[in-house]
Amino acid sequence: MQLTDINKTFGGRGADAVHALKDINLSIKSNEFISLIGPSGCGKSTLLRLVGDLITPSAGDVRVNGKPAHEARLKREYGMVFQQATLMEWRTIRQNVELPLEVMAWSADKRQARARQMLDLVHLAEFERHYPWQLSGGMQQRVAIARALAFEPALLLMDEPFGALDEMTRERMQLEVLRIWSQTHTTVIFVTHSIPEAVFLSTRVVVMSARPGRISAIVDVDLPQPRNFETREDPRFFEKITEVREALRRDEARGAALRAATS
Amino acid sequence: MAVAQALEPVASPSAPSAWRVVTRRAVAFLLICALLIGAWEGYKALGTATGGLIPGTTLKLPIRADDRSLPHTWRIVGSLFEPVRASDDTLLIANLLRYAAFTWFEAAVGFAMGGVIGFFLGVVFVQSELLERGLMPYVVASQAVPLLAVAPMVVIWGSQAGLPAWLAVSIIAAYLTFFPVAINTLRGLQSPDPAAIELMRSYAATPAQVLWKLRVPAALPYIFTALKISATSSVVGAIVGELPSGIQNGLGRALLTFSQYFTTGPERLFGAVLVSALVGLAFFGLVTLAELWLVPARRRLE
Repeated sequence: MQLTDINKTFGGRGADAVHALKDINLSIKSNEFISLIGPSGCGKSTLLRLVGDLITPSAGDVRVNGKPAHEARLKREYGMVFQQATLMEWRTIRQNVELPLEVMAWSADKRQARARQMLDLVHLAEFERHYPWQLSGGMQQRVAIARALAFEPALLLMDEPFGALDEMTRERMQLEVLRIWSQTHTTVIFVTHSIPEAVFLSTRVVVMSARPGRISAIVDVDLPQPRNFETREDPRFFEKITEVREALRRDEARGAALRAATS
Repeated sequence: MAVAQALEPVASPSAPSAWRVVTRRAVAFLLICALLIGAWEGYKALGTATGGLIPGTTLKLPIRADDRSLPHTWRIVGSLFEPVRASDDTLLIANLLRYAAFTWFEAAVGFAMGGVIGFFLGVVFVQSELLERGLMPYVVASQAVPLLAVAPMVVIWGSQAGLPAWLAVSIIAAYLTFFPVAINTLRGLQSPDPAAIELMRSYAATPAQVLWKLRVPAALPYIFTALKISATSSVVGAIVGELPSGIQNGLGRALLTFSQYFTTGPERLFGAVLVSALVGLAFFGLVTLAELWLVPARRRLE
């Protein structure tokens, strides 16, 4: 995946315009796990939505497997997971996982078989006939992941998927996502607020800064795979956390100096 | 599997079954009927005791409590089971039920037409904000025109166009019905979370798929709320519509006739009013049953 000279401005021209993203260049190899991290308003969600063709850049070019983002969306190369699971409350768990397959006009037999397989993958097979309200937040989010992966998209886009979960559930979910990632060979772009989460999950952490949103550092996380609870106790895990934190702080200091100079 | 076992499903209070809802509503309905009858008869007893005065004063009661203005409730019910006139031993209730069936038929046709038109408008408005902003003021204004002014126009135009009189009445009923359905359908179609719409976009879903797989199921509870309102107002529309249309065998005509003969047989008018109300209630009940069947308890709007 290739992002070239991306700029995104919201709202009119001149003083009203908000420069959400400025001169973004990033290339992501297949099967990478990339985290986007940065302060609120740094445009990390905007960047994710640009990649997913839910919004279009004001300037620049997004290419996924050599195709423009729009074409990639029409070819169904994206699986999306949001902070809220956004399950359809009138559908059972299995019917929720089948939703994208229905849209893609799969036969009922194939849909059912794939949905069962995906629910197995997220360890929710016995809940296929339940309704979303009968499941906890963490379970709902796993259904959302199963739904996103059901049609084997090349790219999994996750926008703070564990933001609403408690710490313990969150750590379990991180392990699940890593396991699924290693089993399915998808490329993942993961937006988060949490430094340890970004370091634990990613092969690379993209640190962004706000106003305008830019990429200020890219931290390679070469911790051994597969990651597990031992990773969290590895001294190098803490080194990487410090590295990301310092990149963020450097940025904050620069932003404050800039604001002081302009005001 | 350890993960699934560790995360138990959230306990949730079980929703009341449809049967329990029906019984509870029926009991409440009977209770309110009993209260109304009690108030009616209580007022009458009070008036008779004081000679038509408010107790302790010389002021007259606002409504006279004599048998002509306020017949006993049992006389009203009793009159339903008396012959229409000396020369004809058909019971009043038999005639009224025949009228009621006809009026309900007109109302149901109007309800269906209004429901379809209202749903269609909701769908059009959710697809196009331009059309919504352009047409919504007229939809709202249509309801500001008094039904009594609309009804004769529809009847006249209908007869000129060669429509049967009952169909003109149905159109008048539809005029009352379509509005709540259009408004609530639009609200319901707009109710899905923006993230759910984006999700459908990420699947490259067609607008029709977004409509039928996301928006319409999400709108169902809203649509039923409107249909329940429309069920009763379609009956009102049909009764009012019958007045200028010259239809002889409907409740509208019966109400008009009995109010003209109020002085000689007041209980007949009240009987006809009772049957009219029951038609509206029965239609409301029918739609509620459909809702109980089609919309799960957790999703119903109250």
